[in-house]
Amino acid sequence: MSNLVQDKKDTDFFSSLKESPSTNEFIKGLWRDNPVFVQVLGMCPVLAVSNTAENALAMGLATAFVLLMSNLLVSSLRNFIPKQVRIASYILIIATFVTITDYAIQAISVELHKSLGAFISLIVVNCLILSRAESFASKNNIGRSMLDALGMGVGFIFALFCLGAVREVLGNGTIFGFSLFPEAFQEWIVMILPAGGFFTLAAWLLIFNIIQKKGSKT
Amino acid sequence: MNTESLWYIFINASLINNFVLAYFLGICPFLGVSGKIETASKMGGAVTFVMFISSMCAYGIHALLVAIDAPFLQLISYIVVIASTVQLVEMFIRKMSPALFRALGIFLPLITTNCAILGLALFQTNKGYGFIESFVYALGAGAGFTLALILIAGLREQLDFADVPGVVKGTTLTLLIAGILSLSFMGFSGLGS
Repeated sequence: MSNLVQDKKDTDFFSSLKESPSTNEFIKGLWRDNPVFVQVLGMCPVLAVSNTAENALAMGLATAFVLLMSNLLVSSLRNFIPKQVRIASYILIIATFVTITDYAIQAISVELHKSLGAFISLIVVNCLILSRAESFASKNNIGRSMLDALGMGVGFIFALFCLGAVREVLGNGTIFGFSLFPEAFQEWIVMILPAGGFFTLAAWLLIFNIIQKKGSKT
Repeated sequence: MNTESLWYIFINASLINNFVLAYFLGICPFLGVSGKIETASKMGGAVTFVMFISSMCAYGIHALLVAIDAPFLQLISYIVVIASTVQLVEMFIRKMSPALFRALGIFLPLITTNCAILGLALFQTNKGYGFIESFVYALGAGAGFTLALILIAGLREQLDFADVPGVVKGTTLTLLIAGILSLSFMGFSGLGS
């Protein structure tokens, strides 16, 4: 993923950007400022649809798409939107893209649309997207905002996948629908239930905290 | 339209399918404002009120959108209604009780991005609830949200005195408690049938 972006950057659109800070915009979303594990933003979809790896991945992609498009639009309109009505305008922009995504997913796979349910529409109120629009896209140029959105989006997909994979493997004994364990494996039903979402996220946060603590000591 | 009794709708929204602990809606204020019982209960009250108004408006908007055959406008019009309701509540609280206004602080405008409210509007539309049913559903959802918020705030107040390892403190600990609370709320699941 990071290679792909770098290639793109060297050729056209991103060529005007300086090498180090712009890669930084991308990398920071992956690890140091990971939207889920570090900033703890956009928790609702993270917990709700991460019961299987497939749902998690689809939700991550949808959110990343909305994030990318709204960051692009907010950043290109940043000089035209009056300061007083900026939040309302951002929400309208986001709602438009979410509606597009909603209809697109319904057209691609009705089954997936059913299993994600109302949570696709609820991307509108994902704090992550609004916070990127307000704190980054409204202050930076289009190229940097896109990189920021890409980084945050990939970080979000990564985090959702981490949760979804663990919950599916432990709760259902499968990954992407393929059986992983012999027949005798007793599924941890609790992992697919809502409580499992809280526990898995808590466990990941714990691991993240421990790693960061070790990093800061050395 | 459907045969669920009003009492069942209320119990369903507040206990069996609690918005916070079973649907994971409104997790942000749930993690953010749940430090003290007092603020938690006031926040619950404000959210319940906004839910109430926006649920009524959503019912009207849905009827209008069905009439003019424009379902793709649903999401956009719901969010606009919610945002303006929150603005209204904010002005109202500032006039009536400046003390409460200061206590809620930044979390008052943030109710706009509370998924529980938009979720409520979407769920009631999906379930095809009528006016009275939506009314009861909003009440139940608000009560459930407030209950979950107060419960977790109570637990966190007690945990302030406990000796927990440094790495678990903060969000991790809150999530663990929420998980246990969610497990115990599953005990209500037999109530409805």
